[in-house]
Amino acid sequence: MLFVPVTLCMLLVVATIKSLHFYTDKTDQQLIYTPFTENTSSVGRRLLNSVLNAVVMIGVIVAMTVLLVFLYKYRCYKVIHGWLILSSLLLLFWFSFMYLSEVLKTYNVAMDYPTAGVLIWNFGAVGMACVHWKGPLALQQAYLIVVSALMALVFVKYLPEWSAWLILALVSVYDLVAVLSPKGPLRMLVETAQERNEPIFPALIYSSAMAWTTGPADGEPGRASDEEAEPSGRAAAAEDDDDEQEERGVKLGLGDFIFYSVLVGKAAAGGGDWNTTAACFVAILIGLCVTLLLLAIFKKALPALPISITFGLICYFATDSLARPFMDDLAAHHFYI
Amino acid sequence: MTAAVFFGCTFIAFGPAIALFLFTIAREPLRVIFLIAGAFFWLVSLLLSSLVWFISVQISNKDSAVQQKGLLIFGVVLSVLLQETFPMSHPPDLSGLGFGFMSGAFSVVNILADSVGPGTIGIHGDSQHYFLSSAFMTMAIILLHMFWGVVFFDACEKQQWWAVAAVVISHLVVSCLTFQNPEYVASLVPTYVILFLMGIWAFYSAGGSLRNLKLCLTCKDKDFLLANHRPR
Repeated sequence: MLFVPVTLCMLLVVATIKSLHFYTDKTDQQLIYTPFTENTSSVGRRLLNSVLNAVVMIGVIVAMTVLLVFLYKYRCYKVIHGWLILSSLLLLFWFSFMYLSEVLKTYNVAMDYPTAGVLIWNFGAVGMACVHWKGPLALQQAYLIVVSALMALVFVKYLPEWSAWLILALVSVYDLVAVLSPKGPLRMLVETAQERNEPIFPALIYSSAMAWTTGPADGEPGRASDEEAEPSGRAAAAEDDDDEQEERGVKLGLGDFIFYSVLVGKAAAGGGDWNTTAACFVAILIGLCVTLLLLAIFKKALPALPISITFGLICYFATDSLARPFMDDLAAHHFYI
Repeated sequence: MTAAVFFGCTFIAFGPAIALFLFTIAREPLRVIFLIAGAFFWLVSLLLSSLVWFISVQISNKDSAVQQKGLLIFGVVLSVLLQETFPMSHPPDLSGLGFGFMSGAFSVVNILADSVGPGTIGIHGDSQHYFLSSAFMTMAIILLHMFWGVVFFDACEKQQWWAVAAVVISHLVVSCLTFQNPEYVASLVPTYVILFLMGIWAFYSAGGSLRNLKLCLTCKDKDFLLANHRPR
């Protein structure tokens, strides 16, 4: 169910990183959310800077989430919708234009501005309609996957190495806290949405099926995600109703997609080894399985990041430092295990 | 080396496995989960065995090539043994295929990635058949893992420990045959013989018989047709 979209998003990110050099080129430019540079002379300084970067980034994410919950609680829907529309515009038009231009540059294809303009306009306009208004489910799902992949690619490019890993670890901890603790912002978001019997904004969540709810008890996932892609994802299952037409669909926040793809993308970008990428890929999918299993047992909104990211991080570091030299040696001698 | 080599080797290595995946697994999410669980367990066994190998390399004499090769052989044997100790989850063909996919991927993906780029194979006098033999070996290994999974699980259920030992020994034999590379004939031909024999053994342990096979091939197998809703 959720494997296909998560796999597609990760595949898209890995394929882009392996073919377009833009996303792996070293750049001194960093996001303002990670103000400390990692180009320092000593290892200790670098470590300190990455920790500070991670703290700043998580701080920004926490602040954004709290702001979103605040706005939602006090029914400032217009502000929220404006914010979401602005971030979707940025992703669907600007980032996709950047992507298109990098693809054209890599494959040395000439395209004039009017053609590019028409393409991007169509892509973006249809995307805005599908995500924020109405559209065929498959198209909406496709756009959400593409948007998550684009966001993940931006993170892979602009987050420095060590900061990225630390941010992934800290964000899973935050996800755990925000969704499970009673005063956690995301838990409050979900509960408020359930009380008011409203679905959480479609621009933040990927759902695997249409849910025609006629009754209460619609488990909503929540994930605040905007251009800074606040993480904190959850998976929740739409409960079955008496109504037979009710489709059982599982929902996953877009931030989950983004952070899974960032992990796999960083694994693909660092070193060029496919074994590490494959290992992280499998680890994340297994984490997702375990999360969905827990969801089936507990039947309430759960954080989707911690288990997958933990498995992913362990597998990345273990494969990179242990399995890679072993497999390289085996391949050099042409031994098989 | 061109796209032709890349695609050719990819399809040789992964063709049968992907066909199996598409026809028997792709439709049901639960089976996909078991497949991925199998892949994950293989990965864990690889990480454990590479940890042991890594530690042993650190304490060894890094300049001695003979010692390094010996340690590598030890690592291979340990890895095979660890793989066999991992719990096989219930659909044995799925966990076997999961093992196979992961094992094949780890063995051959880097080689395939290199084959897309520029270069001449064997320019320093090594064998020219590196890519092709890697692809065939990978295909054999993937299918072998699946057959081993089926036979192993069946043997554990029926408590036939000699069969379990036979599976472990044949795995070790196949791995040790690869120590003869680059004498590819010496390693590939026996591997394929073992593949063929294990395939027949797995077929019979899974409940196949000549009669079933005939029914299936002439499209008269009623159970299969009913299950797939095809009118005949």
